[in-house]
Amino acid sequence: MVTLSRIIKYGLQAIWRNGLLSASTISVMILAALVFEGLIIFNVVGKSAVQSIQDKIDISVYFKSNTPEDTILGIKRSLEGLNEVKSAEYISREQALEDFKAKHATDDAIKQALDELTSNPLLASLNVKAKDPHEYSTIADYLQNPSLKDNTEKITYAQNQTVIERLIALVDTLKGAGILLTIFFAFLAVMVSFNTIRLAIFSNSEQLSIMRLVGASNKFIQGPYIVEGCFYGFISAVISFVILIPIVGFLSPYLHSFIPELDLAVYFRNSYVLLFFYQLLFCIIVGILSSSIAIRRYLKT
Amino acid sequence: MIIFQHVTKEYNHHGTVALDKVSFKIQHGEFVSIVGRSGAGKSTVVKLLIGEDKPDKGQIFFGSYEVNKLKPSDMPEYRRHIGVIFQEFRLLTRKTVFENLSFALEVAGRPQREINEFVPQVLEMVGLTDKAKNFPTELSGGERQRVAIARAMINRPDLIIADEPTGNLDPLNTWEVIKILMKINELGSTVLLATHDKEIVNTLGQRVITLEDGKVVRDEEHGRFLIG
Repeated sequence: MVTLSRIIKYGLQAIWRNGLLSASTISVMILAALVFEGLIIFNVVGKSAVQSIQDKIDISVYFKSNTPEDTILGIKRSLEGLNEVKSAEYISREQALEDFKAKHATDDAIKQALDELTSNPLLASLNVKAKDPHEYSTIADYLQNPSLKDNTEKITYAQNQTVIERLIALVDTLKGAGILLTIFFAFLAVMVSFNTIRLAIFSNSEQLSIMRLVGASNKFIQGPYIVEGCFYGFISAVISFVILIPIVGFLSPYLHSFIPELDLAVYFRNSYVLLFFYQLLFCIIVGILSSSIAIRRYLKT
Repeated sequence: MIIFQHVTKEYNHHGTVALDKVSFKIQHGEFVSIVGRSGAGKSTVVKLLIGEDKPDKGQIFFGSYEVNKLKPSDMPEYRRHIGVIFQEFRLLTRKTVFENLSFALEVAGRPQREINEFVPQVLEMVGLTDKAKNFPTELSGGERQRVAIARAMINRPDLIIADEPTGNLDPLNTWEVIKILMKINELGSTVLLATHDKEIVNTLGQRVITLEDGKVVRDEEHGRFLIG
């Protein structure tokens, strides 16, 4: 217990007395922490972007005008029973007409044309979304089933197949690039922090040999550096988080206009505790690991 | 008691023999000077004795320890029995004079009460009471060496090793340091002084072991510095 309190005392003392070195180490770690936090936000934005694209992909099945509603609802239920299907929305002929009218409410020519119609020319449809965009072809195959085919007028998948496949490829690329970028930048942030701490310890190597000469055990030599690493991590996490708040506030409206489904500020407000916890964990682990790895080579007697 | 038994140490990368079958015994409470030219092997004797290096052949004993067989994990405890003073002082530059001394006690797990009592006593003995809060860089060479001596003796070690402790000091400070070493010896610690300062050795009139090219060429009870 006495040893631990002495180790902590020396660690904190070293931070204070090596003010400039501590400040530069903390600055580098703040940058690393910002990169780390940036990666989390990048992944949130990326996921929303991918989700937004995915949500735009669907298959619409149009039914012949004489298909009874019960049959369509039966097909809807059977589709919903498929593992691949996320949702199947029924749009009746009347609903389709309402939607069409609402969509073209400002277009007088269309409005006039609609008024002249005696019957509803639109078809009832099922709007099917898959859990995974790769599964649209399976769903399309299911809809080609002869028992269903008699009732269907057209299935949009065949028309949009190329677009859907391109979108799927885009989603896959975005996901892959996100993972690669995350790994690359996380590695970079860790390496920069590690080397900064290593240099700080290297500049102190003569002092370490003196400590050994007066009979300091390894834990007495190593301990204060781990305390330092831990403290650097803590301070960097706090400062970088404070820096992050206005950055998120600034970026949020721009991202919102780009991806309407994404409100970064709201996301940040809802998950700031978790985000700060991740950041703290990242910084402290980097600090402690860097210190303990860097000092290991000086502990041999 | 210190025993060097047929100790040989070669530095392969230099292709030189630093020590060649060196044997001697030092009794508890002795004041022994090890003399010789640069490269004669004085510093190697010191390094081997404090466990900074291992001999290629032979055995080294210090009290109940067989130094050449100590594991790295045994070293911290072993070194607390020895106080070492170097030419270049080797103080912890980011700690104050008081902290340099208390550090040696803290690593040995001594209680704070004892530290608060011992450190001022030893500082008074080396005449540095008013420098307790200074950092080593704020002191003169002589003062730094006195801090190093104070640190070496604070654990009340059985042995004080001084490796060219006056090499960087002016004559006045040199004698100040030698007087402190003699005082420590009078208080019961064995003192091993590695030096090439003829005047000091001749004035001391104590036992002198002379090394030449890694061999003991003379070992006299009241020796003189006799190197051509």
